[in-house]
Amino acid sequence: MAETVLSIRDLRKTFGALKATDGVSLDLRVGEIHALIGPNGAGKTTLIHQISGSIKPDHGTIHFRGEDISRLGVAERARRGLGRSFQISSLAPEFSALRNVMLAVQARQGSSFRFFRPVMTDRSLIEPAMAVLEQTGLGSRAHLPAAELSHGERRQLEIAIALALGSKAFLFDEPMAGMGPEGSRQLTAFLDRLRAQAPILLVEHDMEAVFALADRISVLVYGRVIASGTVDEIRNDAEVRRAYLGEAS
Amino acid sequence: MTAGAMNRETLFNTVLAVLLLVLPLAAVAIGEPFYVTLATRMAILALAAVGLNLALGLGGLVSFGHAAFFGIGGYVAGIFASHAFNQEPMLFGFEGSDQMPVIWLSAMLVSALVAVPIGAISLRTSGVYFIMITLAFAQMIYYFAISWPAYGGEDGLSILTRNAFPGLNTAQPISFFLICYGLLMAGLLLFWFVRNSRFGAALQAARQNEARVAAVGIAPFRIRLAAFAMSAAITGVAGALFADLNRFASPSMLSWQMSGELIVLIVLGGTARLFGPVAGAILFVLFEFALGGLTERWQLFLGLILLGVVLFARGGLIGLFAGKARHG
Repeated sequence: MAETVLSIRDLRKTFGALKATDGVSLDLRVGEIHALIGPNGAGKTTLIHQISGSIKPDHGTIHFRGEDISRLGVAERARRGLGRSFQISSLAPEFSALRNVMLAVQARQGSSFRFFRPVMTDRSLIEPAMAVLEQTGLGSRAHLPAAELSHGERRQLEIAIALALGSKAFLFDEPMAGMGPEGSRQLTAFLDRLRAQAPILLVEHDMEAVFALADRISVLVYGRVIASGTVDEIRNDAEVRRAYLGEAS
Repeated sequence: MTAGAMNRETLFNTVLAVLLLVLPLAAVAIGEPFYVTLATRMAILALAAVGLNLALGLGGLVSFGHAAFFGIGGYVAGIFASHAFNQEPMLFGFEGSDQMPVIWLSAMLVSALVAVPIGAISLRTSGVYFIMITLAFAQMIYYFAISWPAYGGEDGLSILTRNAFPGLNTAQPISFFLICYGLLMAGLLLFWFVRNSRFGAALQAARQNEARVAAVGIAPFRIRLAAFAMSAAITGVAGALFADLNRFASPSMLSWQMSGELIVLIVLGGTARLFGPVAGAILFVLFEFALGGLTERWQLFLGLILLGVVLFARGGLIGLFAGKARHG
């Protein structure tokens, strides 16, 4: 079995009476795309928030590359190589696409406490950032403010930033959301190649993309993983079909 | 788009810098030294606002307590000068100083040291709460100053002779103006470097989207705290100059009205713009002088102008002349 990069054990989080995460355990292994699916309100985004550190779980542990990161903040987890994209695009809107990615390159290189060298002539920031933008198909849009990019391009930029961080694992929260069919196809092909670089925990509603990409799928319903397995196992799981996929599939 | 706007802003900045330098020199030439004092006041207030602009403009940290640092700088100048004058040692046998460079460095250091705990607490909040907490800290320092009789209490602290600068006669208004102008340019240069640096990139990104900055692994809190302390240090130097200009460290330098004025300067001139504080300070002092001569209620008119800027010219004076800021 491939090496486990991210390991979540018995994670629990309640908001009042609502059990948003109810004893979730998951693994993410080298080279795989592990898809997390489930109906709206199943707690997928809450789970991503706990993994990335913006919500503290009530119980349970998260190990990343052998280290317990359960108590670390968002920035510390990101520095250890956990790259995420947001469900709703979250960028610096006034900065160009290039500067958004340059910020990630800068963070990867270490200190932001440098006060003198102007970033806009700093090739050690610009060149890696441009390379990532080219790789994600945003090369020609590099100098537009993030606020002026199309919805699909902002989703791509989110991924470009995670790439530029040199992340050791990706958490992508609905990267296909709101993308047209062509955009989804391109992004699917892109994620397919990306898994060789670092494993991906993919939250996605686009079932076509999930079935095309996932090595394993976990199904989350009311904060619990009700099934976990290969694409075929999930497709044929009676409980999953009842709870989530419905008659159509 | 970008090139034209940038050039126009650079041109406008250059015009402001040259005007502020040439007019007082001309005033001396035609024997109207009063205008030199006016220009000195502009330069000092501009420098104080350059400091605030670092926190408020670049970082989006609306500090309503920067008078604290302005006043601390002023009191450092006053206290050092009075100990040097009376030749009585203060802490650790230090005898004070009437040398401006010593006073400036101390004003920067003390302001930054006070800013660190204030920032560390205030930066845990944001928005209106941040505004209120910074105001509260500044008010604490204000009441501390007026209830401390050793250094003048409510009467403030006089500086009998203006502090000295090696090689210059600071009693001459034009010499003192040139010192203030030089420090303003140094402050602007520092602001420029910070804005364009990696630190500035993180600071400005944190203003636009805090979650994004954290998600790439940069802790916004540390960046903001450092910016807040730097900002305080610059405003502190300006305070020391202001006390020297008036030969008086006044508790009013610590008042919340002063904090408000600094914010007004920035909004008038153009938030986050390099020369926004300069444009704002020139405008403000001109109003104060021109309208203040006509009516005691000149601030009513200032208020109307501010209203006009906020409603119709959000980029302030710089925005009006040079268009929207671009981030490359």
